[in-house]
Amino acid sequence: MSLSIMLSQLSVGMVRAVGIFALTLLFSLPLGMLVAFARMSKNGIIKNIARVYISVLRGTPLMLQLLVVYFAPFYLWHANIGGYRFAAVILGFTLNYAAYFAEIYRGGIQSVPQGQYEAAQVLGYSKSQTFFRIVLPQVVKNILPAVTNEVITLVKDTSLAFALAYQEVFTLAKQIAAAQTNFIPFVVAGIFYYVFNVLVAFVMERIEHKMDYYR
Amino acid sequence: MKILEINNSRKHFGDLEVLKDISLSVEKNQVVSIIGPSGSGKSTLLRCATLLETLDGGDLIYLGDYAAKADENGNAVYAAPEELKKIKMNFGLVFQNFNLFPHYSVLKNVMEAPVLVQKRNKDEVKEEAMELLRKMGLEDKADAYPFQLSGGQQQRVSIARALAMKPNILFFDEPTSALDPELTGEILKVIKDLAAEHMTMVIVTHEMAFARDVSDYIIFMDGGVIVEEGTPDQVINHPTQERTKLFLSRFKND
Repeated sequence: MSLSIMLSQLSVGMVRAVGIFALTLLFSLPLGMLVAFARMSKNGIIKNIARVYISVLRGTPLMLQLLVVYFAPFYLWHANIGGYRFAAVILGFTLNYAAYFAEIYRGGIQSVPQGQYEAAQVLGYSKSQTFFRIVLPQVVKNILPAVTNEVITLVKDTSLAFALAYQEVFTLAKQIAAAQTNFIPFVVAGIFYYVFNVLVAFVMERIEHKMDYYR
Repeated sequence: MKILEINNSRKHFGDLEVLKDISLSVEKNQVVSIIGPSGSGKSTLLRCATLLETLDGGDLIYLGDYAAKADENGNAVYAAPEELKKIKMNFGLVFQNFNLFPHYSVLKNVMEAPVLVQKRNKDEVKEEAMELLRKMGLEDKADAYPFQLSGGQQQRVSIARALAMKPNILFFDEPTSALDPELTGEILKVIKDLAAEHMTMVIVTHEMAFARDVSDYIIFMDGGVIVEEGTPDQVINHPTQERTKLFLSRFKND
């Protein structure tokens, strides 16, 4: 197999890895906010559900979670899970990352001083105005370094879709390497993850820099 | 005309009674200072008056409108949220720690609430905001961010922010306590200027000389009760209560 054929096969997997990455962020960032609110709820039941959710999702391997998400419909209801593979990958990643993002959001929200809420309250801001105009912008700045960490981990975690035999770049690299007894696919995959993360770090640094206008 | 009236107010945190049957009223154009040791309840009184805390008992009235009204048992019953929102527009509060919004420029800090909450015309508000900043000696800081300012400048911005809402009464919660002594003077001067313009104000302060000079009326609180009240001359120069004398003796070096 020539290098160019190998690369073109692997590039399909790269696009899929980027797909997992982008869709996971798209869904888990907002879901994490909902979980964070649930976790901070005054309602004890909601709060404890969120607490257990976060604890389980952070306390068990993502690979195991992916298997559960994928195979549970079959074992529980004998459902046909034929066309469900990609959706299961995205669902599994989203549920897992939302738990991590929820805790980051919670820390960020709690680090905004009480005085900010009080100042807004006396000035007559509604609760939602206070949150979206006063609190959230400060939360975003506070949590950016922690979010960057998670996002970088996510780039590498996309390889765990291997567990569901989803043909992203790592799964393909392993298949090609085994079939061709060739080490090159692993090198290519490694370079892909590294370059991807250099880009992610660069973009996140730019965003952080943009927030530097205040302290 | 009474701007603020508080009758028989009570407040407790757990077992601790912080306010025990406190009554006071503030007339239009009057400057009232509340003095007293830490834990005397004076800040709690201010926080209850500005709706940051809720009273357990008593009335809280702004210009005849009841924010809270005592029922037959004396318990405070608060007005509906919409009514409270309207009543809130009567007062402004200047915090000890300024509590400026760090992600907003000075001008936006002053302008946003009048535009967003009071739905006033943006250009008019901007003109007034710039005028207020000029008055505070900060017109060249309009585009600066709070972290770039000294504590005294930040406190002047927060005064401008409160004034931009055109309150009928302005509360100050130890406005100089977070400032270096040399920055204290500039804030006290701003408050004196406001008094000269007949702004109605209630000031919780530890600055005895300032309270004596600026106030029409002084209230000395201790242990959740008003121990002594009257004109500055009565309370500061000729106190009748032992507790007041003892407290003031610690400030004799002012």
